[in-house]
Amino acid sequence: MANTTCYHCGDECEKNGVQFDEKEFCCNGCKTVYEIFSSNGLSTFYEIEAKAGTTPNELRGKYNFLDNQEIVEKLVEFNEEGVQVVSLMIPSIHCSSCIWVLENLNRLHPAITVSQVDFPKKTIRVTYKTGDFSLKALVLLLGSIGYEPNISLETLEGKKNTVDRSLIYKLGVAGFAFGNVMLLSFPEYFEVEEFWLDQYKGVFRWLMFAFSLPVVFYAAQDYFVSAYKGLRSKLLNIDVPIALGILVLFLRSTMDVALDLGSGFFDSLTGLVFFLLLGKFFQQKTYAYLSFERDYKSYFPIAVTRLGTDGKEEDIQIYKIKKGDRILIRSQEIIPVDCILIKGTAEVDYSFVTGESQAVFKESGEKLFAGGKQLSGVLEVEVLKSVSQSYLTQLWGNSVFSKDKASQFQTLTDRIGKRFTIAVLTIAFLATAFWLYYDSSMALNVFTAVLIIACPCAIALAAPFTLGNMLRIFGKHRFYLKNTNVIERLAQIDMAIFDKTGTLTTTKRETILYEGVELTTEETALLKTTLRASNHPLSRSLYDILKSNAIMTLDEFQEHTGKGIEGRANQHSIKVGSATYVGKETTAELANTAVYVSSDEDVKGRFVFKNTYRDGVKEIFADLASYMEVGILSGDNDGEREQLEKILPSQAQLLFNQKPEDKLEYIGKMQKSHQVLMVGDGLNDAGALAQSNVGVAVSENVNVFSPACDGIMDASSLGKLPTFMQLSKKSIQVIKLSFMLSLCYNIVGLYFAVTGQLQPVIAAILMPLSSISIVAFTTVCTNILGKRLK
Amino acid sequence: MSVIYVLLAISISVAVCFFAAFVFSVKKGQYDDVYTPSVRMLFDDELRKDTDNPDQNKKQIKQTESTNQ
Repeated sequence: MANTTCYHCGDECEKNGVQFDEKEFCCNGCKTVYEIFSSNGLSTFYEIEAKAGTTPNELRGKYNFLDNQEIVEKLVEFNEEGVQVVSLMIPSIHCSSCIWVLENLNRLHPAITVSQVDFPKKTIRVTYKTGDFSLKALVLLLGSIGYEPNISLETLEGKKNTVDRSLIYKLGVAGFAFGNVMLLSFPEYFEVEEFWLDQYKGVFRWLMFAFSLPVVFYAAQDYFVSAYKGLRSKLLNIDVPIALGILVLFLRSTMDVALDLGSGFFDSLTGLVFFLLLGKFFQQKTYAYLSFERDYKSYFPIAVTRLGTDGKEEDIQIYKIKKGDRILIRSQEIIPVDCILIKGTAEVDYSFVTGESQAVFKESGEKLFAGGKQLSGVLEVEVLKSVSQSYLTQLWGNSVFSKDKASQFQTLTDRIGKRFTIAVLTIAFLATAFWLYYDSSMALNVFTAVLIIACPCAIALAAPFTLGNMLRIFGKHRFYLKNTNVIERLAQIDMAIFDKTGTLTTTKRETILYEGVELTTEETALLKTTLRASNHPLSRSLYDILKSNAIMTLDEFQEHTGKGIEGRANQHSIKVGSATYVGKETTAELANTAVYVSSDEDVKGRFVFKNTYRDGVKEIFADLASYMEVGILSGDNDGEREQLEKILPSQAQLLFNQKPEDKLEYIGKMQKSHQVLMVGDGLNDAGALAQSNVGVAVSENVNVFSPACDGIMDASSLGKLPTFMQLSKKSIQVIKLSFMLSLCYNIVGLYFAVTGQLQPVIAAILMPLSSISIVAFTTVCTNILGKRLK
Repeated sequence: MSVIYVLLAISISVAVCFFAAFVFSVKKGQYDDVYTPSVRMLFDDELRKDTDNPDQNKKQIKQTESTNQ
């Protein structure tokens, strides 16, 4: 059968493809969304961008908590007179078709009046009538077309952002003033002896003064504030020469105009502030739909099902869970609190929390810790501690999470800025002293001229544009950094520590090895049929690798949660599951997950699930080890030690069974002599990520939770990590080169200043020229460097 | 040449009007999302008719499709 791609989502239609309306779909979900779209007149969706759809997830009872009016109140923005307005985050928005269909939601249900998408933030704002519609219905509708919203505890907590638009206002003021002042200063550039010019130059000059006032006192505010703060803490950062330059420009120009000594340098002043603010604006690139500050609140669900004393089920917010409550945890749900198991068999996956790749089995009466995911079967548990007191949330109380890495790091610009200020002041004083001796009337002129022309603006622009562009380039290759400061810190890294489970290994594919007696074709067919009936993740992985096409009907099928499954057909039976279930006595504790198989009560062998390492892991270590130290800190047992020792250099550290606190401590210890990079993925790495100099979270799906970090990397880009590190170092070199370039301009300008020949027109030419050429140079360089990533 | 006062006054007031319009648009939130409007304006949306007959809508879409070819 020809391999076609799904008309809706573009995935390959394998053997279980669905045909409908002369089109191929990969699954029933995609076909259903197609049906919804075409019967509601929304088939333009496929014309705007082909195969733009997302496969919908099964929602089941996931959104029952939205029946609780209290929760709804907290989530909606507006709720009055039968109309509600809500802002939902939809991570699967990725193209123009998505925008189109989501803004045409009203065609899918008449109660929806308006919906507007904010693409960079991946949110949608929906206004709807609450007559026969509700938030829950809206969420289910969105889920059914493949745009499931992300509602976590964090969304419930608070509507944080009041948008900060002050930079745009300041940029607008500076640009407006710059344009007008340039026009007004034209007459005097040409210095033609005109009668009318002498008559009216006063008007022009005072108008220029008036336009410069809002620039100096409003738009340039941040620089003065920052310079003042820096001086107060005895630091000479780059804002000090900038603020000094602006101040001197303003004072000198005002004096020139008031005493009719010249036309003043207002054009250079407004131009300087405009370019500086432009640099700041460009540097501000943020990924609004990603959050680098997630803590446990975005990991946990909003509500759980509580069993009342009368046996009634109700959904309550997880903050309202009290000690002694009985709650229900369904399959694939996360355990939100520390509790004791009452009913059911617990098979909990703690890989995200502790890094253990094997599921943990617990019996009734045993304690369960918060954060794990229940794999199969329903559990009834009794709460021991409330959410904020559980072991997991306590981890976030550690002071390392309130550390601000960016403010403690002195950027390259600041270091150069310090030397620059000292150099300029020295030259200014020397030149003044010289002229005082030679011709004292020129002294003040020269002093202020030196301070004006020695423009730090090229220095102040080099870093924002270089790093801002590099940030964008990284983002295109799915490495999303929090801000430009991270690139500078990356360039100084000399030690890289990796987590194992989930970071170096992937859960998507598993290497499954069979040990034991070979199974016959009939046995394999029966095994595969039996596995098909089970929903357990291990069953599904096993099902995929078995080669057999003969699916038969089972006479009998039984699933014993936590133990195994059994299938009977044609007088034969097969059992798949844990060793004891299948009837084998095990003496050795196997480090990896193993599933045993017995046919007709005769144990045949076992399937061992080994960690699959991501592509390129070996190359990453080979590359990095050549110029820095590497190591692995894993929360898992050391079953994979041999495997790992093969791919790592001999002196690398391999530590296993590390708890979150152990990882944090280890990084802290290493930091005494190294700059450490931590690459991790789960909650068990959260402390280490915060403690390290740069913490990178690896994620298979960047829309899903990742712990607080400095950068999020899509798992498919992990192999490019060495290149990213190299590029960070090269960016710093580009910045240094542009400093050299700006030095040339400064020397030329200083020549004019020191000899007392600085005319406003010369300053007005040099300043924009240097700024623009620096910007062009850095952009071209970073783009060329960016080509290495292809 | 004293007309220069009038000229300056007019040009500056026009400029200030544009600036006021800029400030107003920023306040209204037009600069909060500068990407989506660029995509939105390229959509070929036919006029939304309040119809309870989805088949009619489909026919209309087919018509516009054929004329757009």
